[in-house]
Amino acid sequence: MTAPARKIACVEIGGIPIALSTTDPAFFDLLQQRYGGFLSSAPSRPEFELDFDLSAVPPSDQDVKVSRSGEEWIITRGDFHARWDNQTGRGTVRQNANPYSLDSVLRIVHSLILAERGGFLLHAASAICEGQACLFSGVSGAGKTTMTRLAPPGITLLTDEVSYVRPTDDGYAAFGTPFAGELARPGENRTASLSALYFLEQGPENRIDEISSPEAVRRLMRNILFFAEDPGLVKSLLATACDFVGKVPVRRLTFYPDGRVWNAVGDYSRSLQEVLEHA
Amino acid sequence: MPENSIYIARSTSIAARALAGEMMVMNPTDSTFFTLNEVATAIFQAADGQTPLQEIVRDRICEQFDVDPEQAQADAKQFVTELSTHGILLVSDQPLRGETP
Repeated sequence: MTAPARKIACVEIGGIPIALSTTDPAFFDLLQQRYGGFLSSAPSRPEFELDFDLSAVPPSDQDVKVSRSGEEWIITRGDFHARWDNQTGRGTVRQNANPYSLDSVLRIVHSLILAERGGFLLHAASAICEGQACLFSGVSGAGKTTMTRLAPPGITLLTDEVSYVRPTDDGYAAFGTPFAGELARPGENRTASLSALYFLEQGPENRIDEISSPEAVRRLMRNILFFAEDPGLVKSLLATACDFVGKVPVRRLTFYPDGRVWNAVGDYSRSLQEVLEHA
Repeated sequence: MPENSIYIARSTSIAARALAGEMMVMNPTDSTFFTLNEVATAIFQAADGQTPLQEIVRDRICEQFDVDPEQAQADAKQFVTELSTHGILLVSDQPLRGETP
């Protein structure tokens, strides 16, 4: 008797391909549909690999818990149990064939990979405007999805929910993600240098204000997605947040929810670009 | 050892970073985040577990900042109590082992 053949869907988010393998043809189809815009060809020896086991997970309401056991991360939630080794880039996941569990596992694994590379996932919408990426972050209800709904043609939406940020030689870049929020639409698989991070507040008019560096770090840390109560990881993220604030303008964007806010963002992006060019 | 001394040390499990003259401190276990002003930063940085709090306030605060010594001692105790309840500082009536973040 032979073992069922494993099928591999290589999902590349943020320039980091992870080979997702399964023996279940229906789950393989789900992977391909859900991450259609983010599939790449699987290398013979992928740098990162997650092996899915679809045996039933007993139902539970347990919140996500990420803990470390040596080099291995143990990631559990009511609907999945996963193990991930950052050194080998290999992991296993036991879950039901549920796309929401799948998204959650991928987000957590990416956050662990990024933490070691000076990047992070941010609870933020992001878009490419005037050739440069902008992040729009804030508490729930601050207007992330509203901003993406108001985006005029010519704006490339990277995500309305979870932004992907990585360092570059001269700053930071944002990447599109398939993780959708209320917009229920995956982002475009594109990338661009980051011109600014805006913390959103709704108000009677559009205005952009500077905020102090410590306040920017405080707000950034509040919105970075990290799941592990691990001192080493938090120290590394705080260092990354400070570096980010030193390189990327962080502003408060008070906006009235109509399309004119994108004119304000476009004008401000151009002015930031001019300042950089004359620096 | 002075009588009624309080010794303070930074917890080894916290993340701390100085930026623009302020110290940002985070406890990963409950995600509490503090931004310390100049005076609080001076106390935090001097929390080596070996120097009594009274001495830290006398030598690092009263010498460098324009403050009333009695008020400074009272404010420092209140600050230390608050940070210790969040696991940022360890407090003892005996010298402690600390960590340099």
